[in-house]
Amino acid sequence: MAETDDRVCAVVNDSVSSTKLKNFSRRFPARFVNVGIAEQNMIGVGAGLANGGMVPYVCGASCFLTARAMEQIKVDLCYSNSNVKLCGMSSGMAYGQLGPTHHSIEDLAWTRILPNLAVIVPADALETARAMHFSLLHQGPTFLRISRLPVPAVHADDHPFALGKAPVLREGNDIALLANGVMVSRALDAADSLRALGIHARVLNMSSMKPMDEEAVLDAARTTRGILTAEEALAAGGLGGAVAEILALHHPAPMRILGVPGVFAPTGSAEFLLEHFGLTAPGIHNAALELLGEK
Amino acid sequence: MSTPQSAPVTPASPISAESLRIEANRIRLSAMTMTHHAGLGHTGGDLSSADILATLYLGNILHVDPAHPGWPQRDRFIMSKGHCSGAFYSTLAFKGFFPREWLRTFMDPLAKLNGHPDRNKLPGVEANTGPLGHGLPIGAGAALAARMRGESWRVFVLVGDGELQEGSNWEAAMTAQHYGLDNLVVIVDRNRIQQGDFTERISRMEALPERWRAFGFAVAEVDGHDHAALRACLSALPHAAGKPSCIIAHTIKGKGVSFAENKPAWHHGVPTKEQLVLAAAELGVEAEL
Repeated sequence: MAETDDRVCAVVNDSVSSTKLKNFSRRFPARFVNVGIAEQNMIGVGAGLANGGMVPYVCGASCFLTARAMEQIKVDLCYSNSNVKLCGMSSGMAYGQLGPTHHSIEDLAWTRILPNLAVIVPADALETARAMHFSLLHQGPTFLRISRLPVPAVHADDHPFALGKAPVLREGNDIALLANGVMVSRALDAADSLRALGIHARVLNMSSMKPMDEEAVLDAARTTRGILTAEEALAAGGLGGAVAEILALHHPAPMRILGVPGVFAPTGSAEFLLEHFGLTAPGIHNAALELLGEK
Repeated sequence: MSTPQSAPVTPASPISAESLRIEANRIRLSAMTMTHHAGLGHTGGDLSSADILATLYLGNILHVDPAHPGWPQRDRFIMSKGHCSGAFYSTLAFKGFFPREWLRTFMDPLAKLNGHPDRNKLPGVEANTGPLGHGLPIGAGAALAARMRGESWRVFVLVGDGELQEGSNWEAAMTAQHYGLDNLVVIVDRNRIQQGDFTERISRMEALPERWRAFGFAVAEVDGHDHAALRACLSALPHAAGKPSCIIAHTIKGKGVSFAENKPAWHHGVPTKEQLVLAAAELGVEAEL
């Protein structure tokens, strides 16, 4: 992207390695800005670069990028409608044992309420790449929430990322599993195990968190017996919250929200914590059965 | 921000210090009149910053073209003390960025002139400000953009002195020093009063020049109400090659209006009609009530 578009630049808060920008900084040193450990300044610098016609990719651990600089994100990027691209790295509970200070499970609730901001939670490497290319074409602020947990590919090579669209990865009319990020592949696995029981689950990739594909959500509510959302984030205010708002206003339907209940996580690896909170394929499977009244 | 347009900037024409003094007083009375009609505003800082704004815009220090506010090579001015919008809007209108009649709509329902500047509504506004400590990081970014693009535009950021209690300013100062942004200048409206009291009573600012020097800035101090001194200082940028500049403009909050001068209560005092008449007489400007 930077080779073909000289507006592309990167801004980091010392996190050169955790943002995987080492190669960028070597190949494009003049377009690489390291502000040090200073997130509020980092967002403002991004806004100023955009004012000067650049397209800055402002990258940092999602926990610090969002929480530390929330007012700058609100004012300098969203209210100002600045053409700045946020990359929130190692989101969710990827930092596992480092603890709740380094978890970023609040970021979906915080970002999805901001006007003008597009919020994208890619499900695999291909979709991350497509979303990055999309962000360069998109005029306005974007937030890409990127995990560091390994996930299998869930998309075919020709999968086109489209903002505001929720691709159907699996057809089914018994229940709808709406997931984003690392939970998408787990939802697909749950759909497989449910199918073995004769339950046909539709799986929607809700990578476009905002704007959300309301029509796909409502279609799922109309044509299945219940909606289950799954996200590596707080159960309040994120994907489940957004879907619940749509259903409550337009088509109330049986629903379950899988996420981190309103607690700070205990000590443990990311995989341990995902299991601890039932954010696994079996966890989705069991919650689906409960929702359908079959358990 | 407006869509980029390619247009040459009109060449700067000389304007006398006496003319600037009159223009600044017109900005003062305009801001007070707006605040009177809106019933809200920040009179003290409007009055302290009027001479700085007049010198930058009407004294043609800034390379800007009101007919082409999105001209890509323009100098960027960021009003980080966005609460002093009365003086800022008046200056932009007097410069010709939008019709003066708009000033009468200040804070009216659905007006373009919000209490704090919105660049998506008002030509000439570079950044949405209001919460303090936002302007200097944005300014550092815009200065970096000039360098990346090989352009010669300069970035001016006007901050309040109390505003410097926000830590983000010093984060941005470190970036400005580290990257040697000599196309960036921060102007401190050093009126020594913030909302609640005198700055030195709330959170001591001194030794302010030494602080900026320690952060790698070339520091100049100037009487912020002396137009000839302001112009000389602002015409000699950068003050040191390879260093960002800091101009500490010593000002008087409420300057030019006796009942408001140096009084913390006038931080967001709203003048009555009688006070406007009195202010007009003191400023030597005809009131437009």
